[in-house]
Amino acid sequence: MSHFRVDLRQRAEELVALYPRKRSAMLPLLHLAQEQDGYVSEAGIAEVAELTGATPADVRGTALFYDLFHLEPVGKYVVSVCTNIACLLAGGEEMLEHASRTLGCAVGATSDDQLFTLEEAECLADCDFAPCVQVNHRYVRTTTPATFDAMVEDLRAGRLDSDVPSHGTLIRVRRSGGLRVSREDLAAERAGARSQREAREAKG
Amino acid sequence: MAVLSAPRILTSRADYPDSHTLTRFLETGGNDALRKALSMHPEEVAAQVDEASLLGRGGAGFPAGRKWSMLRKSAIAYLVINGDESEPATFKDHFLVERDPHQLVEGVTIAAYALQVSQVFIYLRGEFALGLERVQQAVNDAYEVGALGAKILGSNFSLDVVVHPGAGAYICGEETALIESLEGKRGFPRIKPPFFPAVTGLYGEPTVVNNVETMSNLPWIVLNGGAAFAALGQGRSTGTRLFALAGDVRRPGVYEIEMVKNTFRDLIFDPSLGGGLREGRSVRAIIPGGVSAPWFSPEQLDVPLGQDEVAEQGSMLGSGSVVVLDDAACVVRAVWRITKFFSRETCGQCTPCREGAGWIERAMYRIEHGGGREQDLELLLDLCDNIAPGLTWPPQQTTICVLGPSIPSSVHSAISMFREDFLAHVRHGGCPHD
Repeated sequence: MSHFRVDLRQRAEELVALYPRKRSAMLPLLHLAQEQDGYVSEAGIAEVAELTGATPADVRGTALFYDLFHLEPVGKYVVSVCTNIACLLAGGEEMLEHASRTLGCAVGATSDDQLFTLEEAECLADCDFAPCVQVNHRYVRTTTPATFDAMVEDLRAGRLDSDVPSHGTLIRVRRSGGLRVSREDLAAERAGARSQREAREAKG
Repeated sequence: MAVLSAPRILTSRADYPDSHTLTRFLETGGNDALRKALSMHPEEVAAQVDEASLLGRGGAGFPAGRKWSMLRKSAIAYLVINGDESEPATFKDHFLVERDPHQLVEGVTIAAYALQVSQVFIYLRGEFALGLERVQQAVNDAYEVGALGAKILGSNFSLDVVVHPGAGAYICGEETALIESLEGKRGFPRIKPPFFPAVTGLYGEPTVVNNVETMSNLPWIVLNGGAAFAALGQGRSTGTRLFALAGDVRRPGVYEIEMVKNTFRDLIFDPSLGGGLREGRSVRAIIPGGVSAPWFSPEQLDVPLGQDEVAEQGSMLGSGSVVVLDDAACVVRAVWRITKFFSRETCGQCTPCREGAGWIERAMYRIEHGGGREQDLELLLDLCDNIAPGLTWPPQQTTICVLGPSIPSSVHSAISMFREDFLAHVRHGGCPHD
């Protein structure tokens, strides 16, 4: 019995098929697990283990290495405030403190209503909009306390649902198309090109 | 005076609001370069890139053509695109993947053809949720119009491109760590030698890893010729480059300018670029090339933005990031925050980096927040010397990858340039700016 929903299980199997070795699908699959459960749950880990051929302990150990995977439940919205160098110079620490007051939770914690988790982020590569804020890894570009508060109100009211979907970095990523050539035919194509090239080089 | 006459090689579409769409791409010469490349022999395409003298735009600045030539005799190979941009204050690949994903895919396809590779992986950091959507859409579009897949644009070349999400780890920008991550493991850099994955890369096969910006240059190089690219810039630094300007400037942003012809002063002060500092402020320090780089003082404002020119001054152009600290900035707090970053991001494999990063961060914390001692300055320099013996630039290597030896840069620079600031913190019992 699959823990993943039917549609997610299908996406998971499609992802595994993209790679020469199924373990390579580890990170994409963990993103899917988080998309379904809001965090990487034990059942999600077991499913990813089954799909990749790794042990559950190995999957958990891998997931723990990466900041984007939450091994404990988090709020509906994970708010990341960068305080690294460019944001520090633009008041990132003050923004983080402000966010903590507005959201009603400490850094690293989740608000009582389970709506928000606040994180101090490393550089999010959007330094021309410092201090940089992401919600569920979408840039919201609120650089002042006032615009931050307005953004939070919009989130609460559901007005940002299209800009800030729930968890899952891949929630709107769908692959269509593909190579659809057998590995043998591909190898033959490369070998043909190689021998043509060798012939050119032999001619000088 | 800034020299702004160079063509826009990377950002020609960026001003269109729909720059990321297939329609705009095809209306503005999209796939013309790919068509031309496919009409040439693969080695002719590679020769154009060689002639362009394109230096890798990820941070190390290794010539792309030479990276490629290491692989030419090998039979099986993967091309992996490094879009894990996470050097603090670097945001030019973010710009490229969101604003012109088709240009990236076209460049990648040209590179794959030149290398005769059938499988490409584009690794994008997981924080680029929109970037992942746009690059995947560009790949989907390319399959749709026959620019990817079997027998591309009627040629005898077939290619598959997979867009792969990272999940938040600075170290995965290191190319062997990126390969480990792509194999579904923790992002631990691999032991060298081999120094390049061209020998033993993804799944133990020969692999080339190239940066997003490096690839995005290829359509222009193929259309205009490597010589035209090499005619821009000067010396080893050819073409244009994206500079990500951040910190205490009026107009932070990504600017494409010709290499070497412009200086830090031009980038920071030209009205069409950084626009200068806020009223009444002056430059205190510049961090060129990312937080791994040694700092520059205002005396170095006239250093040209070129790889060798910056290296001669004891730093690096690195990832193309430039951060300005003005005279109101607390340099001690800046260094503390940078060391906190490294302490958080060290992968933990090598003792000097794992232990050193935390130790340095704790010493910097107490100087900035109270409890610092004068002898902490010597302690910091001693710790730095243990990670990068001699504190030379480029640093001595005591660790598997360059993350560890990058930690001392800001600490050593700031203590050398602003010792009095550190002492003022010690005397004050914390930050005098608070």
